[in-house]
Amino acid sequence: MTTEVRQAAAVALKGVVKDFGTTRVLHGLNLTIAPGEFVSLLGPSGCGKTTALRLIAGLEQLTDGVIELGGVDVSGTPTNKRDIGMVFQAYSLFPHLTALQNTLFGLQMRKTPAAEARQRAAEALELVGLADLGDRYPYSLSGGQQQRVALARALVTSPRVLLLDEPLSALDAQVRLQLRLQIRRIQQTLGITTVFVTHDQEEALAISDRVAVMNAGHIEQIGTPEELYLTPATPVVAAFVGMSSLVRAVIRGDQAWAWDIPLPVLGPPTTGDCEVFVRPEHVHVAGAGDPRFEAVVETSTFLGSMRRTLFRTDDDQLITMQHDVSETFTIGTRVALTIAPVPVAVRRVKTRCATVRASD
Amino acid sequence: MSATAASTGTRPRFRRVRGWAGTLGLAPFTAYVGLFLALPTVLAITTGLLDVNGHLTWHNFSALADPVVLRTFWASIWLSLLTAAIGALVGALVCYALLGIASTRPVRVVVDAAASVLAQFGGVMLAFVFIATMGRNSIINQWLTGLGINIYASGMWLYDLPGLILPYIYFQIPLMVITFMPAMAGLKPQWAEANAVLGGSRWTFWRRIGLPVLAPSFFASYLLLFANSFSAFATAAALASQGSQIVPLQIRAALTSETVLGRSNLAGALAAGMIVVMVLVMTGYAAVQRRAGRWRS
Repeated sequence: MTTEVRQAAAVALKGVVKDFGTTRVLHGLNLTIAPGEFVSLLGPSGCGKTTALRLIAGLEQLTDGVIELGGVDVSGTPTNKRDIGMVFQAYSLFPHLTALQNTLFGLQMRKTPAAEARQRAAEALELVGLADLGDRYPYSLSGGQQQRVALARALVTSPRVLLLDEPLSALDAQVRLQLRLQIRRIQQTLGITTVFVTHDQEEALAISDRVAVMNAGHIEQIGTPEELYLTPATPVVAAFVGMSSLVRAVIRGDQAWAWDIPLPVLGPPTTGDCEVFVRPEHVHVAGAGDPRFEAVVETSTFLGSMRRTLFRTDDDQLITMQHDVSETFTIGTRVALTIAPVPVAVRRVKTRCATVRASD
Repeated sequence: MSATAASTGTRPRFRRVRGWAGTLGLAPFTAYVGLFLALPTVLAITTGLLDVNGHLTWHNFSALADPVVLRTFWASIWLSLLTAAIGALVGALVCYALLGIASTRPVRVVVDAAASVLAQFGGVMLAFVFIATMGRNSIINQWLTGLGINIYASGMWLYDLPGLILPYIYFQIPLMVITFMPAMAGLKPQWAEANAVLGGSRWTFWRRIGLPVLAPSFFASYLLLFANSFSAFATAAALASQGSQIVPLQIRAALTSETVLGRSNLAGALAAGMIVVMVLVMTGYAAVQRRAGRWRS
């Protein structure tokens, strides 16, 4: 296999600032990615994740700060000298070239001898499972196939870093799932440092070694998928990663009290009225002796391996419970619920209570 | 419910108009094309095949080999080749310059609007514009004469064949802008970025991607410009006061005179000759367009 990484490079962003005109889109971003690591930049649209990726590629000019590839400052290096691979959202294949010719392009730019280039391009297409479609033009390939060609084209030059700019977002759900597993498998086989931009939290959690959650031009938290899910550092992370019900609570001592149920608190201590993020898998039907609150079943959704039921509490809040399929609830039934004492993220009350993605 | 019924039942689609209604709907268009395209073509050919007494003859068509007619056809063709080439090149450069300007910006709006208008600005008005600006008694000519420059030292070329080149370019460039801009705008920024990421330079982008992708659209536009110039009549008619320098003027002469080159129905034969050239050009245009469209989809 010649499609292998010569040397996986570390990527470092140090105090990266980017202005578009008078608008500042990145506010001093700091991020270090180890060689061979797969890091996702996750966030809502407009959070600056794509800009950060394009700065690493050199497709945008830094306003301030430093970007290092393999320990070398590349801030002044033009894109075509950075030795990177990149897959774009869609439609980036050259339309007048076949899949094989597209894959050959980067090798031709590097003046690779023709015979070797053909061999490596063929291997790269085989790696993405398109060995038989080398002579097809992009217009006769499906969206998923086009993106796999784009991946082969990006990998064939054995770049130091692979940059993926929402490469799955234009694809059907099923293809998306398939291709993300394939990307992760290839990345792990080659050991290539990869930066993946996505707004899909499930995608980011499933594929990454670490995820950087971005919001309004800065990184809210960076950590493993488990860390982000179990110990969200900020309310933004708690709201964006995984599903939660936002519930009114009062801080007393080092605990948050929701309907007289004490809950351990994540993050810096606060006092007074607040809202807590309760995961649906931590809501249960109250057993004998459990602290409890009463609620009425609003809707219940069957999700194959589990069921999610939305309740409206007596004080007019919405809370979602995830439970076993065998357990069923009739709409309108009153049920006594409890919350497991798992640490919750806390947000200070700004406006009246809202439920964050209470139903799915 | 059978599987077939289910699949057709769930997919709503436009009901196809069949039989009577369909035929009736197409009738106006068919009549129009029949009366103003098919019929004149048939008439051009048949009248070319007949003499004044209505007898079948090759006499008129053999005139297409007459040195005078050949010279006129050649003049029409090189004039069209040249003005289409200049129009295509300059127009493409204008499109390139416009590429960086958002389509909502005033400059772009003005250029787009001007191109749409000027592309249709042939004829007497255009001839007048050139006579007023560059003619013997024009301000510019008098000003140049004052400086000791005589642009008409070798004759009044403005009213002869070379004089058609500038006015033709005047409407060819805007037509190029209109027809070529969509192709130019269809160049995706991702292609330039992918080129850069893969190690290519700006020059590589144009040589390996931009120009090859644009080539079919460029040649299609070139052929359209050729056809536009080849069939143009009014500008030449207004400018050229004497002689029949290009085929359409010769057809006029053949229609208005009793006989030209001693032949009675020469107009039909000349028109048929033009139709042959146009059919060749438009066949080429369709073929190139198909190629261009395939990549764009």
